[in-house]
Amino acid sequence: MKEMICIVCPRGCHLKVNDNNEVSGNFCPRGAKYAIEEITCPKRYITSTVRTINLKENLVPVKTSQSVDKKIIFQVMEEIKKAVVDKPIKIGDVIIKNVLNSGADVIATKNVG
Amino acid sequence: MIEKDLVILGGGAAGLSAAIEAHNLGIKDILLLEKNNYLGGILNQCIHNGFGLHEFKEELTGPEFMSRLAQKVVELNIPYRLESNILSLTKDKIVTYSNDSEGVVQIKAKSVIVTCGSLERGAGAINLAGDRPVGIYTAGEAQLLLNSFGYLVGKKVFILGSGDIGLIMARRMSLEGAKVVGVAEINPYSAGLNRNIVQCLNDFDIPLYLSTTVKKCIGKHRLEKIVLAKVDNCFNIIEGSEFEVDIDCLLLSVGLLPNVALLNNLGLNFSSSKGPLVNQDYETECDGVFVSGNGLHIHDLVDYVALESREAARGVKKYLDNKLLNKGHKIIVKPGKGILYAVPNYIFIDEADDQITFKFRVNKPYKDIDILFKIGDTVIRKIHKNAIIPSEMEVIKIEKNKFVDCFDELTIEIKE
Repeated sequence: MKEMICIVCPRGCHLKVNDNNEVSGNFCPRGAKYAIEEITCPKRYITSTVRTINLKENLVPVKTSQSVDKKIIFQVMEEIKKAVVDKPIKIGDVIIKNVLNSGADVIATKNVG
Repeated sequence: MIEKDLVILGGGAAGLSAAIEAHNLGIKDILLLEKNNYLGGILNQCIHNGFGLHEFKEELTGPEFMSRLAQKVVELNIPYRLESNILSLTKDKIVTYSNDSEGVVQIKAKSVIVTCGSLERGAGAINLAGDRPVGIYTAGEAQLLLNSFGYLVGKKVFILGSGDIGLIMARRMSLEGAKVVGVAEINPYSAGLNRNIVQCLNDFDIPLYLSTTVKKCIGKHRLEKIVLAKVDNCFNIIEGSEFEVDIDCLLLSVGLLPNVALLNNLGLNFSSSKGPLVNQDYETECDGVFVSGNGLHIHDLVDYVALESREAARGVKKYLDNKLLNKGHKIIVKPGKGILYAVPNYIFIDEADDQITFKFRVNKPYKDIDILFKIGDTVIRKIHKNAIIPSEMEVIKIEKNKFVDCFDELTIEIKE
């Protein structure tokens, strides 16, 4: 039996996973999916900023398009630090495609002209 | 003097949501004023995700949430002015503001929604003792400097207060390469959401010290170290429990207060939420002046700010249609045992909508309790809660027809 707090939404359900990988305490199905993922391969979304050149703002806020393996969070951060945006960008535009082969793209979360 | 049906003071999540709803209700003669040179307010620096699950049914970052509202305001052609400093608001609803292009402008408003958000409590508010070297920031200041300007304000960081902004900054600064040494909380329980303890502290092995506070800051030019100490249940420092931590940066995440500066000339009374008293439609004691969002009371989620601001806009519509006269049977809402504050503070029951929404917070964590809504000795609503904590705002709706008696006081209290 493993206990954890669900981080999918601010509700923060107290989840329990028994030895047969059955989840209880979840308010919605996403909680069950999270619990199984958390004990097999924990994943997190990463949000950060990317530098700009010649744009109105110094930084573009970014996020990963899907959650990435917790183990590679700091490696993904290194890639984000290397990136530069030099032309106007819109919400959802891809800045780094398939970052470190994680399957996730690093995408802009703000329109910066 | 220029006249407007509705002037909205502040272009953050609350102001934008109120403007969109007011427009949709047919109020077209609107002006929204914003001091910054962009819309969206504090959401611009909240680059983390977790916003929008209620409003948009998907998980968004702050800038994404903000962009959706701002885009809507632009699409609907709702007039707004940026870089406009609001100088005053009077009882006659005369708004004075200034900006570079127009100079000083006065507007006579039929109605006003004040959506000025909140201010962070700083070192002065908590009587932080010791030196005042470089390196002491509120969590929001550090967030603005990092996320909007790219400055990391410290390499070895300690955070006082376990509010959500502090927890979010613990993760953010860790990701950017700073070492976050720990988080101290004066209460014996965390002030932040459980999910943020997990994903911001546990993920990065950052310890959380409960019943602990900063006794003293030490540093000549730059912060060098802090002295931490345990506190008893009256928050008095326990002598002999002190320990030192070498750091170069202290972030304060010790709570938010509604920004009520513009309400000072209106002669209003204030609630234990530190915001003004309001009726069931978020109207203050000054007729036609409404307040919503963090300027009224501090919310857990921006989604709730947006929702409340739409409700305030519906209140404005009622006011402009002469359906909100503050007449008839008045019920005072009293926060009773275990309740920190409640919104609204009073209800004109004849003018209220069919359902009345009550929002409140408890003063400390409780387990297995009943929340009672009492008129006189009669319990009109009883809700059982397995667990309830101060950092989660409770929302309860009650049908108007429950208020049939002629009592004029409603008490919300906890029964253990």
